[in-house]
Amino acid sequence: MLTVGGLISYRALFNWIHPAIYIPSVLGFPMFQILFFAYLGRFSGLRDDAFFVTGNAVQAAGMAGIYASVFTIGNDRFYGTLGPLLASPASRAALFTGRALPIVANGLLVSAFGFVVGWAFLDFDPPLASLPPLALIVLVSAFATTAFGMLLGSIGLRTKDILLISNLAYFLMWLFCGVNVPLETLPGWMQLVGEGLPVTHAVEAAREVVDGARIGSVWKLVVAEAGIGAGYLIAAFGLFRVFEREARRHATLETT
Amino acid sequence: MRVLRVVLACWWLNLKNLSRSAFFLLTAVLAPVLLSTIAFYMFQAGGRPGTLLYAALGSAVYGIWSSTLFGSGGAIQWQRWGGTLGLLVASPAPFVFAVAGFTLATATLGVYSLVATLAWGTLLFDVPLHLAHPALFAVAIPVTVLSLGLLGLVFASSFVLYRNANALSNMLEYAVLLVTGMLVPLSLLPGWVAPIAWVLAPTWGIRAIRDAALGGDPVFAIAMALALAGVYLILGAVLIANLERLARQRGTLSLA
Repeated sequence: MLTVGGLISYRALFNWIHPAIYIPSVLGFPMFQILFFAYLGRFSGLRDDAFFVTGNAVQAAGMAGIYASVFTIGNDRFYGTLGPLLASPASRAALFTGRALPIVANGLLVSAFGFVVGWAFLDFDPPLASLPPLALIVLVSAFATTAFGMLLGSIGLRTKDILLISNLAYFLMWLFCGVNVPLETLPGWMQLVGEGLPVTHAVEAAREVVDGARIGSVWKLVVAEAGIGAGYLIAAFGLFRVFEREARRHATLETT
Repeated sequence: MRVLRVVLACWWLNLKNLSRSAFFLLTAVLAPVLLSTIAFYMFQAGGRPGTLLYAALGSAVYGIWSSTLFGSGGAIQWQRWGGTLGLLVASPAPFVFAVAGFTLATATLGVYSLVATLAWGTLLFDVPLHLAHPALFAVAIPVTVLSLGLLGLVFASSFVLYRNANALSNMLEYAVLLVTGMLVPLSLLPGWVAPIAWVLAPTWGIRAIRDAALGGDPVFAIAMALALAGVYLILGAVLIANLERLARQRGTLSLA
């Protein structure tokens, strides 16, 4: 249920295995996102390329995590497979986790591609020793954003505007999570919101590691990111169960 | 006169249709407002507060571009799904002018972006809205909408042949935002980007609007935008005639 179900869901619902969809959507978009913000950063005189490459490459894992999670749940509803799925006795935890695992792995790949884009086309050359801790940070961030996406996907059980929700969440992360604007330059309330979102702590940790810090000196940030992810995962699972129960009780699974 | 009536009727129909879509409206307003907010913070933090109107105008044209890209890419496909494509092709009015009306409507929706972005910047960031050439500004906006709308005609007639056009649209959004100088001056980009920018309407649209607003000579940019609009119309007509011929020969008009 966890592995086979998750993989089938990933392939069937996203078609992302098809290069004509995967390359432009999952790799092309973040590539131009990184290039755009790095050049905008040069023009604004705010920070160097490494600041923008690191922020956007870590957040690119979030793109995969949010959209993939939202559509994993939303498309089940759209294509009419959600009813039979929920009618089955399958463990909801296994279903949920199984769908999340390929998305986390995909996030890691997308983020790695983003760093390669920065290295190949921009002024970004991190020390080799920073790569293993960077991979760990991105992995934790991919988990946290996938969990956040699952929460948004659960809301998709009650609304049809999932594309709008995911677009909004993704673009707001650019602003609130310190991806392109240093968190300390934002108003206090925006910093507070950013502290509660995934990506924020991972971006900060990744920037320190790229600057030469050891993983031991950023472990608090990594743990905070993992904790936020765990919180969103629990909330997502809880919300999913609540909406499932409500949908059964009121027979509204495919009507709202 | 008959041609103009067809274009206007289709433009008005699609504009009303799109204005009923929460997704299109919010995307047309929220995405450019968010981008302008990020740019405002970046320019402020980077010590370039004088460029705020520059950023607001660039974000507004991005909104027109984004609406055109996502709206026009699917213009023919939506008629196909709605079952009205056959009726449009069978009617005595040239099909290309019906599609031009649809795609011009998607660009017109971008005017919401312009209003929202300038209002947002003025109210929250004290962006000064002093126009150097108000009359030419008033000319530059409809010319930009026209040129982008007819670029949308080219998209509509070519994307319909590509099953995964949505994925391509995702990638093109930020690629064109970068290479047309909407927010990043072309002088900062590698030299080989310039010829690509010259054949894209947003390059001249933003230059016309910016020169009219900030001071400069927008007439050449307006003329270039109009010239490109003419080229797009001819190209779109050729592509649509080809599409129509193939669909009639193969009986595939209603088939995706």
